[in-house]
Amino acid sequence: MKLSLLATLNEERVARRAAIIITDVATGAQRFVRESELVSEPWASDPLSRTLADALRTGKSGMVDTPQGQAFLTVSVPPVRMIVTGAVHISQALAPMAKLAGFDVVIIDPRTAFATPERFPDVDLRPEWPDAVIPSLGFDRYTAFVALTHDPKIDDVALDLALKSDAFYVGALGSRKTHGKRVERLRAAGFDDNTIGRIRAPIGLNIGAVSPAEIAVSILAEAIGALRAERMAARAAKAA
Amino acid sequence: MIVTDDNILAEAERWTRGGRKVALATVVETWGSAPRPVGSHLVIDDEGNFLGSVSGGCVEGAVVTEALDVIEAGKPKMLEFGVADETAWKAGLSCGGRIKVYVEKVD
Repeated sequence: MKLSLLATLNEERVARRAAIIITDVATGAQRFVRESELVSEPWASDPLSRTLADALRTGKSGMVDTPQGQAFLTVSVPPVRMIVTGAVHISQALAPMAKLAGFDVVIIDPRTAFATPERFPDVDLRPEWPDAVIPSLGFDRYTAFVALTHDPKIDDVALDLALKSDAFYVGALGSRKTHGKRVERLRAAGFDDNTIGRIRAPIGLNIGAVSPAEIAVSILAEAIGALRAERMAARAAKAA
Repeated sequence: MIVTDDNILAEAERWTRGGRKVALATVVETWGSAPRPVGSHLVIDDEGNFLGSVSGGCVEGAVVTEALDVIEAGKPKMLEFGVADETAWKAGLSCGGRIKVYVEKVD
């Protein structure tokens, strides 16, 4: 692989854009395709474009047959990311766990007494309002959003942006009563019930979690479940 | 550090820019119960240092040896590993699966 090709691939990853390297395994020849290029010529009319689009959707690398022979697709999708509002006790446990599981983690909380580096060592911490930070981060389909402040002033601003995005997971902390009020506010803000239904609330898998760390496990597990939903559905279909 | 397949590619670039001769190994096909999924990477330098995993430890040694050849010759190689047995594979997968690993030089 040419170093320039590897560098381009890494640049695309950092910019959170999906791409594919096509390697002719017989000759070692390689081509680089950005996701955005599949809609324009020459790719739009190429017989391989459908295969490439499918590979990008599933995020899976693999061998394919092409008219020129066997090729390997190195599929590069952006790293999964977890954006959290609330520099709270649960997020102190959640941040290192999510990092271990492969998520890039960003924690947003305008309350500077909460968002301190002492409480969150080695975490991308933004002591700002969500609407000041999130547009530059960009919610995309590789992003999970977790609302943990319990404070509508902070969580709602971010939820509003999350629900308008392709975020693969949206979860919000709060009792059923708190969530009921949240649903009312979101309805008043113009969201339909389908969209509001995307919010996982009560947040996290029901494992009877009690401590902040246990709740963090339940949230992380639920987010991974959402990330792997397609894989789980395929398995269930196979078993049936 | 626990490395993911994402940052292996970043490391491969860093190692190469740092003046090391580098090969990248990628799991391209698996059959049966393979320890690491298709797309898993291993980055190897010309001193035999490596990072990542293509088999959870079963055949890394053999891949590293082959990678040194690839770095030397500059030509990519396709390797195949199955269950270790005297006649077919010297290094093998204890789990009973079979994997194909593509090794290429970064240059």
